[in-house]
Amino acid sequence: MSTFAFDKVAEKFPGAVLERYTDRAGGAWLVAARESITDVMSLLKNDPELDFKIFTSIDCVDRLLLPDSDPRFEVVYFLYSVKRKEHARVKVRVSEDDPTIPTITSVFVGANWWERFCWDFYGIKFLGHPDPRRILMYEEFKGHPLRKDYGLRDRQPLIPERPLKDLFRGPGTSGPAA
Amino acid sequence: MSDSPRNPADPFDPNPAEHELEAHLQTRPMEINMGPSHPATHGTVRLKIVLDGETILKADPEIGFLHRGFQKSCENSTWTQVLPYTDRLNYVSALCNNFGYLAAVEKLIGLEIPERAQWIRVLGAELHRIHDHLTCVGAVSLELGGFAAFLYGLEARELVADRVTELTGARLTTSYGRIGGLNRDLPEGWTERLVKTLDKVRELCDEVDTILTRNRLFADRMRGTGIISAQEAMDYGFTGPCLRACGVDYDVRKANPYWTYDQVEFEVPVFQNGDNYDRYLMRIEELKQSDRIIRQVLKKMPAGPVLVDDWRIALPPKPDVYGSIEGVIAHFKLVMEGVQVPAGEVYHATESPNGELGWYIRSDGGGRPYKLHVRAPGFPILSGVPRMIEGKLLSDLIPTFDTVNMIGGEVEQ
Repeated sequence: MSTFAFDKVAEKFPGAVLERYTDRAGGAWLVAARESITDVMSLLKNDPELDFKIFTSIDCVDRLLLPDSDPRFEVVYFLYSVKRKEHARVKVRVSEDDPTIPTITSVFVGANWWERFCWDFYGIKFLGHPDPRRILMYEEFKGHPLRKDYGLRDRQPLIPERPLKDLFRGPGTSGPAA
Repeated sequence: MSDSPRNPADPFDPNPAEHELEAHLQTRPMEINMGPSHPATHGTVRLKIVLDGETILKADPEIGFLHRGFQKSCENSTWTQVLPYTDRLNYVSALCNNFGYLAAVEKLIGLEIPERAQWIRVLGAELHRIHDHLTCVGAVSLELGGFAAFLYGLEARELVADRVTELTGARLTTSYGRIGGLNRDLPEGWTERLVKTLDKVRELCDEVDTILTRNRLFADRMRGTGIISAQEAMDYGFTGPCLRACGVDYDVRKANPYWTYDQVEFEVPVFQNGDNYDRYLMRIEELKQSDRIIRQVLKKMPAGPVLVDDWRIALPPKPDVYGSIEGVIAHFKLVMEGVQVPAGEVYHATESPNGELGWYIRSDGGGRPYKLHVRAPGFPILSGVPRMIEGKLLSDLIPTFDTVNMIGGEVEQ
């Protein structure tokens, strides 16, 4: 698994590695320091032995309701190496008070939209991002809908909704019915 | 345009300056909207395009018109209730989404599904790969003016959709499969009909191939348009046919085989140019490979159960539900509380028709997903489309947008 790659990261940037662990399914994880995420990504991509050239995705987890919720957000990065036939799983933890991370669009141009996605849905700011707009939600939208404290049934319609009481809108039980 | 100087003394100069007779018009870049409801945008994507004459200076895709809160809905549903939402990601290849999601959950549980279920999942995924590629190839042809190939493609697609309907009960929103295997086995006499269908589909594919591949009009608009280099494609996160058309040999089915893909013989076609024509050829070749896989599956598939016999994960058989207290309790707990997936996280990737379909799943140990990230293959590909068309002609946009086969449902979640 990608332990070899992470050994190399630890060797080159000892300060960048905050934690390493293996998940239930045997996937190796690296928790990187926020300041060094660009260096780590750049090393994983450009080192000829590692060659994690395919940019896979970025997403975020709001740990508000998990037992271990400090710092609150985890931003997860996935890369793939055709040479090593494996994914690299890297995460960065950021707090609610300062949800900022340096952008990695200078390393992988494809990170652009995924970082916009994280801003849109979780409110993570990517410093130096070339195009920091929302991506799926509309510009007038307030808040970040995938945060756990955003109610399932909260609505922000741009035009008034019909005055019908809809008991069946949305699954689950959280939030007051409209 | 000819730049050769004209001899003003010679009124019969064969090379008159071309601009001489043209009215001198002030031009400035024009901003136009393509979509959100345009026949060529397949779904609802709005492309803000800045044009200089016919040349695209800048393109900015605006997405989100089809956003329906996929992740938020999933976080508030049980693990099994998520399944119908996954149908609606890529509605042209719903089985690939269903099975990809289930495989990720099973990986998190650490569950091995019965062998027959694994074979049927390969079968279903390949069936819908044919379905997806036929739709893509047909749509390319239609939008370049070739109605005949579109009709042949759609006829074949409908035959596949008929078999899928018999198998799952629905044409598009299949919701087939359950955590731990499948909710039902193949119907009676279905495999025989499938073989006949495949023969017919192969015939129709050859027809499409004959009409399009060596068609001068078609090839002229496809060759050399919408080019992206392998390096850039990887930077953007292209996977699947779009990446393999650039010469990168990456297919999840070969690189990290899941289910029984390591027991069937097939090739992964790779092309080098990274243009629309190669992406089209990729799909034609993959149609043949999927056909080959399905025929092997039908030969090799063993008999046996299709669902694990573990009442904490799979619903008990109905006679047990109605006939024993344990069955009732297991059924009640599964329906009301959902499968209890152990706390943890997993990233699992499967090969969907458009590329790597990745699932990052986080569980807090309860009956509902805590976080469900879907890495839809169309999302990074769409983000690379401006790079492929900027500086090119407006007419190149149409085949490019078709061959990347962006599906609104999965991109906009």
